[in-house]
Order: sequence, then C-alpha cells, then structure tokens
Amino acid sequence: MQFGVFTVGDVTVDPTNGRMPSERERIKAMVAIALKAEEVGLDVFATGEHHNPPFVPSSPTTMLGYIAARTERLLLSTATTLITTNDPVKIAEDYAMLQHLADGRVDLMMGRGNTGPVYPWFGQDIRNGIPLAIENYDLLRRLWREDVVDWKGRFRTPLQAFTSTPRPLDGVPPFVWHGSIRSPEIAEQAAYYGDGFFANHIFWPKEHTQRMVGLYRQRFEHYGHGSADQAIVGLGGQVFLRRNSQDAVREFRPYFDNAPVYGHGPSLEEFTRETPLTVGSPQQVIDRTLSFREYVGDYQRQLFLVDHAGLPLKTVLEQLDLLGEEVIPVLRKEFDTLRPAHVPEAPTHASLLAAAGGGTDATVHAVDDVTGKAPEEAR
Amino acid sequence: MTRRTLVVISAGLGQPSSTRLLADQLAAAARDELVRRGAEVEVRTVELREHAHDVVNHLLTGFPSAALREVLATVTGADGLIAVTPIFNASYNGLFKSFFDVLDREALADRPVLIGATGGTARHSLALEHAVRPMFGYLRAAVVPTAVFAAPEDWSGEGDESALRARIRRAGAELAEQVERRPAATGPADPFALTTSFEQLLAGRDPS
Repeated sequence: MQFGVFTVGDVTVDPTNGRMPSERERIKAMVAIALKAEEVGLDVFATGEHHNPPFVPSSPTTMLGYIAARTERLLLSTATTLITTNDPVKIAEDYAMLQHLADGRVDLMMGRGNTGPVYPWFGQDIRNGIPLAIENYDLLRRLWREDVVDWKGRFRTPLQAFTSTPRPLDGVPPFVWHGSIRSPEIAEQAAYYGDGFFANHIFWPKEHTQRMVGLYRQRFEHYGHGSADQAIVGLGGQVFLRRNSQDAVREFRPYFDNAPVYGHGPSLEEFTRETPLTVGSPQQVIDRTLSFREYVGDYQRQLFLVDHAGLPLKTVLEQLDLLGEEVIPVLRKEFDTLRPAHVPEAPTHASLLAAAGGGTDATVHAVDDVTGKAPEEAR
Repeated sequence: MTRRTLVVISAGLGQPSSTRLLADQLAAAARDELVRRGAEVEVRTVELREHAHDVVNHLLTGFPSAALREVLATVTGADGLIAVTPIFNASYNGLFKSFFDVLDREALADRPVLIGATGGTARHSLALEHAVRPMFGYLRAAVVPTAVFAAPEDWSGEGDESALRARIRRAGAELAEQVERRPAATGPADPFALTTSFEQLLAGRDPS
C-alpha cells in the first residue's frame, strides 16, 4: 500500500494571525513538504494543477522535476493533471521527460477541473468536459504507445506522422489514475483502460466515494482486467492531528471555520461526521483511515491533504512527522495484513517494466525502428 | 387503491405561521379530493425553518447533510407538491428560494405543484404569478392554474372568508386531478448510474 500527501497549492491567509504567504513562499513550502514526505517514510507526493489565483501550481512538471532531483525514493504524481484544458501532446512530452529525469518515479492522475472560466483561457468550454477528457486521454495513450501517430479528433488540430519525444522511459508509459467525485463516465473510463481510479474523498460524503469505486470495480471486471477486487483504487483523505485529540480540534478549528470550499458553513463536528475529515489523535486517524476499506474494499493508495486553508509550513511539517512516526507504520502493517494475496499493489515503473518483460530503449531516431522509414514517411 | 404522497413545503418563519396554516388547508383540500377519487393519501409536511442551516450549508459545501438528504428525497418522491411561502420584497422569501436552489433541477419535471403565498397586504398577491410560478416553470413543474394568496383580512374574518375557502377547494381539486392523471412517482434518479457505454463516449456521441 502506498501512502502520501496531495496538495492543492492554495495561497490562503492564516486566519489566526492574518498572515498571507507570498507565491514564492508557498511554492517553496510545497517543495519542503515533498522533501519531508520522503524523509518521514511516505511514498507519494502529488501536486494539483491550477491556472487561477489563489493557486500557485500551474506548472507541475517544473516542480516535480525539481523535487525529483532532490529525492531518491519518492513517487511523484499529480492531483490532478487537467486532461481537458492541457494539450495531450504537451502532457505526453512533459511527463515522459519527467519520467527520464526521475528514473521512472512518476505517475499521473487525470482530472477535468471544475472552474468554468479556466476552460476558455485554453480554448475550451466546460460543457465539453467529459468529451474532452475522453478524447484527449485516448490520444495521450496513443502518443505514449505508438512511435508515429496519425490522428484526427474534435478538439485539437489533426496530427500527421507525429512522434512525441522523448519516448516513455524503457518504452513503458507512466501509470495513470483517473480522479472524479461523481461522474460515472470517468469511473467507466478508468475501468475501460484498466487504469487506476482515485476518489478524492475529501469535502464530500463517503457515499459518493462508495458508489464511484463500486461502479469502477464492477466495470474493471467487465472489461476483463481482473476481478473487481483487483482494480486499482486510490483515496484521498483530510487529517489534522496532535498527540492529544482536544489539542488537534482546538488548533484546527480556526482553519476549518475560515477554509475555502467549506468555511463559514457546517461546524467542524458536522463536517467530520458527514465527510472523511478526521481531526484528532494519531489513533483516531488510524481508526478512521482503516474504516475506509469497509466501504471501498482493499485499496492501493492513500493520499492525505494536510497543507491547505492557511496552515503554516511548520505545522504541516509537524503533521508529517506525526503521520510518519505514529500513523503510517501502523496503517501499512494493518492494511497489508488485511489485504488478500490476489489483490495487487499499485503499479510502479518497476512492476510495469517487469510485466512488459523488461525494458527497451524506446528512442525514436530519425528513422523508424520497425519500418525503416523516417517518421514522416512511415505512414 | 392507489397510494399517493403529497408533500407540503412551508417556508413560513413565524411560530405559529400563517404560511403553515394556508399550507395545511391546501393539503387538506387536495387530500380530500384525492380520497374522494379513491386514492389512499399520505401527507408529509416539511417546515423549511427546521432545515435552514442545512440548506445554507448545502449551498456552501455542495452536498446535503444526512437530514436534508432525507427531505430532498421526500420531495423528489412526491406525487404532488404544495409549496407555500411568505412574500418578502415582492417575491418568495430567501429560505424558499434557497431550498429549491439545492433541489435537483430535474426533480420536479412534470410534477404537479400547487403554489400558495401569504403576505402583509393583498397588494402582494400577484407575486405568486410574477415570481413563484416562473421559478416552477423553469423547473418544468406542472403548476396548477389556481394559485392561492392569503392576506391578513382573509384570516381576520373582515374579508370574504368564503372566497378564500372556495379558492383553496378549487386549487386542491386541480392538484388532485393532475396527480390522478399521472403514474405514481418513481423517486429520485440515481446520479451515479452509468447511462452510456464507453464506445459511445469514445465516438463522441451524445449518450441520449
């Protein structure tokens, strides 16, 4: 089982002292959180992608490439990569490049983005959200798997004899997750390709997650990728912890009350009851997190949101210490004990490479390996 | 015998509330007429005041609390709806509007609805026609022709009480007739149900 953190990258005022971090501070804090995640024994760091204030991470591969250079083990991911408004050609290139630089420690999570005004900035329309996600991702897969692509679709200019470079590391494209809160079409998409499905599982009742994961598992089996319980599921989660549960509640409450998304609405107690948010002691976080598998089954990846709503970096790093020391080791052991042998781990570059029967140098030189023709002649 | 559910929504804020009083009378009229036509009727009443915080929280968080989820399901599963609001600033009050803002947009399509309102003066009466009826029109509800407005003089006995009673009876009968014409409500559609195949999605075809 993989454990990690995912960050939205919001620049939010600290409601306890009115302090607003600069973009630079926030960007550096995100890096510090990633480095800390590796230091305390977490497996995954995933960054959001946004193109509007108050968010800073508009350029995920720049950030992940920098983190890759400063880490050894940490798996770098996204939460999410905008499959709707990014050009799939650029995604194919950027993340293959990142794969090479990070020695394969890369996967991605596709998401649509729910902010209407962002779409037209990139020449798109939110009303085409699902069709964009379907068409763009299908092209992205081909760009990673076929050396020379001829393609025509609804949303982008046609491609003729196009080769996306660099080719994926060892000829193995990065593993892909698809994230969605409540669009059954996206669960279906993940199932169709045998990709992973990630339920964000924060800010919403657990019933959404339960229904979406259930649908994904059923369709994963339908499409012949394995039994339903072998489907690759990831969950989000939101925690704030202190050794003593009352301290956690007292310290987190002002951040909760003023948070973007849910602030000034339900009480901390109501929101904790209605959603997977857990504010309390390490043991409470352990118990709540273990309860997730009761409604989604055995799953492969758990990411926590720990750094939003204006929480200062120092506090976030303390959260990671507590997670690394007291929570994750217990969860790792418990989940591993509970999981039946036929349920796989989340795919990694190493496991995908082994499944492919070893690596190949996928470099496409000016002449195509198979046809002996230059890419532009290979049609 | 056909089983029918009438759901009454009252957005009155006072206790006791003249809005609730009107709502109850409209519900009784519709129920009596349905019973006369041979149906078995259950009336369920929702006082929006009790769910005011949950309605606002839903607006802010995008999802209903467990208690509000039950209310929304009740409304969505109704065979007929009686919706009554006090008139504030020449329109429905904010609580009434907010409740229908968090209800699924398709929930009331072709559903018989009887609208009613109360106000401080009879000069507010046309707010039913220029504010309340158009909102239900947008929701594609089947709003019955008679809308019922009750002013203070209707309750005090100074006005022509028999006129209000006659309007209530007529409105209730209109609602009953619309309910009777339709098959029993099937309840809310499942938002998580997959309504298309992946091949259709991939081909860029409209699933409908």
